[in-house]
Amino acid sequence: MSDQKPTGRQKPMEATTRSKKAPVKLSRDIQARLGQQLRAMYDDVVEQGVPERFTELLNRLDENGTKGKS
Amino acid sequence: MPIDESVRQAILGAVPSLRAFAISLCGSVDRADDLVQETLVRALANIDSFQPGTNMAAWLFTILRNHFRSEYRKRRREVEDNDGHYAETLKSQPEQHGRVEFTEFRAALSKLPTDQREALILVGASGFSYEEAAHICGCAVGTIKSRVNRARTRLAELMAIDGAEDFGPDQATRAVLVGNDRN
Repeated sequence: MSDQKPTGRQKPMEATTRSKKAPVKLSRDIQARLGQQLRAMYDDVVEQGVPERFTELLNRLDENGTKGKS
Repeated sequence: MPIDESVRQAILGAVPSLRAFAISLCGSVDRADDLVQETLVRALANIDSFQPGTNMAAWLFTILRNHFRSEYRKRRREVEDNDGHYAETLKSQPEQHGRVEFTEFRAALSKLPTDQREALILVGASGFSYEEAAHICGCAVGTIKSRVNRARTRLAELMAIDGAEDFGPDQATRAVLVGNDRN
């Protein structure tokens, strides 16, 4: 649901007041840079592999017979 | 019921990407890992509803995404966790959220509406097709496309405002971002 709750703390529209000409259509250059940043950030986590807590969790659930009632 | 070895391997194989998705969604490593843990527990409790031969990662992403959505709504009700509060958390403890070099980008990302943020990550980083992303988010393909486009535009604006100099070494990019059209 995208209902906008009135928070009373709404910030003024920085984007429209502070940038003189908001880019309507992004150049390929900018899109490429955004994509690189996004993937770099994401891959930084992916490269950390599988933390031990998750292999342990699977072992535990395996032993317990996956009768988790959460 | 023991966990089938192929299922186990498929789940573990998806964990690194699930974590990356969760961190991008909620902005905190600790919360993200809890989210992944809860996702795995739910997945295994409902493993019968997984259809062998289909994409395990997509199935787990769907569970995580839905779980995050319902948790997020709950939290909002509880603590008025609006985007401003969220951004403050990011600023105060950068070391908790991954490497410092991505702090700026994460802060901008956190200001996007959730549906735009998740669409952008699924398509732009997780490597899902628009169709798969639409399936994960339970919406139409066209909706995903427009969310991704709006996310990119908004992100470019935010990065321009909140320090384009850190965005990249290329000053020309900054000029473009602040509206100095060089075409």
